[in-house]
Amino acid sequence: MKEIILKVISQPTVGLEAENIAPKVFACKSSMEIAGLPIYEGNRERRLGDFFDVSGEAGEAEAETRIVIEGDVRLTKRIGQGMRAGEIHIKGSAGMHLGSKMRGGKVTVEGDCEAFCFQEMRGGVVHIKGNAGNYLGSATRGNWRGMRGGTITVDGNAGSEIATFMKGGKIHVKGDCASFAGVHMNKGFIVIDGRAERRIGAEMIGGTIVANEVEAMLAGFKPVETVKAPEIESEKFTGNYKKYSGDHADSRAKGTVWVKIQ
Amino acid sequence: MELEIKNGVVFDPLNKVDGEKKDILIRDGRIVEKLKGKHDVIDASGKLVMPGGVEIHSHFAGGKETAGRMLRPEDGARTVYPKRNGLRSGSGYSMPSSFTAGYLYAQMGYTMCNTPAMPPLFARHTHEELGDVPIVDKSAYPTFDGNWFVMRYLKEGDPDKLAACVAWFLRATKGLVIKIVNPGGTENWGWGKNAVGIDDPVIGFDVTPAQIVKGLAEVNERLKLPHSIHLHPNNLGKPGNIETTVETLELCREVKSANARQTVYLTHAQFHSFGGDSWKNFESKADELAKYINRCDHVVCDTGNVTLDETTTMTSDGPMEYFLHNLTHLKWVNKDVELETAPGITPFIYSRKNPVHSVQWAIGLELALLIDDPFKVLLATDHPNGGPFTRYPRIIAWLMSEPYRRYYMEERVHKGAQKGSSLATLDREYTFSDIAVVTRAGQAKALGLSELKGHLGVGAHGDVAIYDIDPAQVDPSKDFKAVEKGFAKTAYTIKDGEIIVKDGLIRATPQGRTYWANPVVDHELDREMLKDVEQYFKKYYSVNLANYPVQKEYLKRGREIQIDARDVK
Ligand SMILES: [Zn+2]
Repeated sequence: MKEIILKVISQPTVGLEAENIAPKVFACKSSMEIAGLPIYEGNRERRLGDFFDVSGEAGEAEAETRIVIEGDVRLTKRIGQGMRAGEIHIKGSAGMHLGSKMRGGKVTVEGDCEAFCFQEMRGGVVHIKGNAGNYLGSATRGNWRGMRGGTITVDGNAGSEIATFMKGGKIHVKGDCASFAGVHMNKGFIVIDGRAERRIGAEMIGGTIVANEVEAMLAGFKPVETVKAPEIESEKFTGNYKKYSGDHADSRAKGTVWVKIQ
Repeated sequence: MELEIKNGVVFDPLNKVDGEKKDILIRDGRIVEKLKGKHDVIDASGKLVMPGGVEIHSHFAGGKETAGRMLRPEDGARTVYPKRNGLRSGSGYSMPSSFTAGYLYAQMGYTMCNTPAMPPLFARHTHEELGDVPIVDKSAYPTFDGNWFVMRYLKEGDPDKLAACVAWFLRATKGLVIKIVNPGGTENWGWGKNAVGIDDPVIGFDVTPAQIVKGLAEVNERLKLPHSIHLHPNNLGKPGNIETTVETLELCREVKSANARQTVYLTHAQFHSFGGDSWKNFESKADELAKYINRCDHVVCDTGNVTLDETTTMTSDGPMEYFLHNLTHLKWVNKDVELETAPGITPFIYSRKNPVHSVQWAIGLELALLIDDPFKVLLATDHPNGGPFTRYPRIIAWLMSEPYRRYYMEERVHKGAQKGSSLATLDREYTFSDIAVVTRAGQAKALGLSELKGHLGVGAHGDVAIYDIDPAQVDPSKDFKAVEKGFAKTAYTIKDGEIIVKDGLIRATPQGRTYWANPVVDHELDREMLKDVEQYFKKYYSVNLANYPVQKEYLKRGREIQIDARDVK
């Protein structure tokens, strides 16, 4: 795998629309060509080279291309949008819509990521070492078809409404989660090692959520049983867990929430 | 301004021109016999020349159309039209935004579009939006299915005041056509109920759907409106609804037509031609409807084709949309309109793998192929309900090619379509002339606008569509892909003698006309009726009467069709 390094040299005044920062676009291009790619600062067209110093060499194909970003790209949106293969390694914090509609490949963020990242993801492996914003791995506005595959691991905390309308894949949040995790979830797996705020799994009709602690369960969840050291989605958990079914606000409710008994 | 279109292969069914090489001359926006001086020339040799297309039933603008766009941001995100070449940006796959709808229709060669379900209370919004749909001429059909005035006069047995009142609503809303959606059902929906038979009572009014349909059909002819009543009968989309459909059409058989045309226009007939009594034994009854329509002269319908797309359904039929929402569990909006009607909206995915949807796809085509006279069965998808209007070129190709249909039947759709319909046995193929009928001439005739629209005779509007299809070279049966591609974008679209589209690109965006009907009844009767209206407004409406009518000046380029109906007294 070959590597292209983007070093941040200037911060934009408004958000950059940068779906061109993706392995597929970079593949087979020289660093000169990559620096000349269009990128939008608000509604003005600029060059990628206006904001980044480009070095290294891209691979022959998407899968052969690794992009390393050095610096803070919190205002740079849509990095890796729709990627199917290859790798992106961000050594700072990432902006909105990172990896949206991603189908494959690998993304690592050393810092935090902003809201709306990895929406409607279908495949690939993601590791956020800091905190994730709201709507991580959710459906885009209006859509009822959310994340369908792949795995997202967040070492820190996650914001509100993660995994809305989830239909597959896994999200693992090692810290806490704000409200409405897994709202309208249908299939898939969410694990929260910390505490989840209110309305976890609201209107879920399928899928599984495991939480270490919840602020409160919704009225539509019915306790089913208490299980010691359960195996959930072929993963082993230690301690006692209370199993709920729900959300019976919807007649089709077939979702499951597991909460650890402290 | 003068224009000569030379050497094109012309299809103009209303003037009995069937594929002749002919020159079309336009001066000052109208088709003329001779040009006077220097003029532009378009060489159309080896190209198909037809009158501008006329859309008779498409929900491209209006109140629930806008609500549908708001309900479905994901539909907007699916197709995005950037701002370019001086055109506005837009978005929407199943519900293109207002400006974009005008561009897309013009690119397909359409020069008139009618929005078929305007709740009277939304008239102001509708006309504002129509002002933002460029190029095409247009009109709106106000809905009367659950109108309290209409039902009150029907109950009181006062046909004169009923006629005067309908005339007032047309004038107040700047509407062209009497539209009826699920008669009585939309009022009952306010009580959580529906009307499933034509003799079901309407709660609180003691009238029936049959009385509403027949009463309005008679009013329509007394007011001598250009079009007939435009009808969406009860039970849309329910297995076994064919019975209701035929019963409803039968109500209008004895109504005398004032304008030598149909007395009832059945819209999206596909959704009303269902057999069986559940989704399990659901089947096509297109043959039964076709047989009925072939036998009588008082009905014209449109197909309401299903195109097997993800789309947005929106009708003034609130209970039906709720029924759909319960089938799919997708998001749903109800838009009750006080004293008038109750539209609803929900997304819908027609799947090739679904036996019911595949039969629905077949029914739309069966109707077109089983009804002998193409003037009686026009092409429409009830945009966006059966599919977006941008699919018309594909439907045209299906109609013109038995092999294309067979390919879909055998390779693309669910096998259930073979069992549940007779499509596989039909080998009729439409000619270019038939296509010209079902996309323009038939619409203009059914609308009662065939003096100006849908033909290329002297005096007609200078609206012409030139397609890059050479009938001498292309065999539509075999080259169905070329037909589909050729009808998708015109080589030229000409509107009022001006070149609007060239090689599929929009070059000008003039404002089209908005037609509305103004039948003038006896002055005394009008005054008496208005007293009731004033009373009702004070008592029931949340708006003041003075704020209700849309002023003439509100229309960007209004065209009043004044009708002398003073014999209604
Ligand atoms: Zn309709």
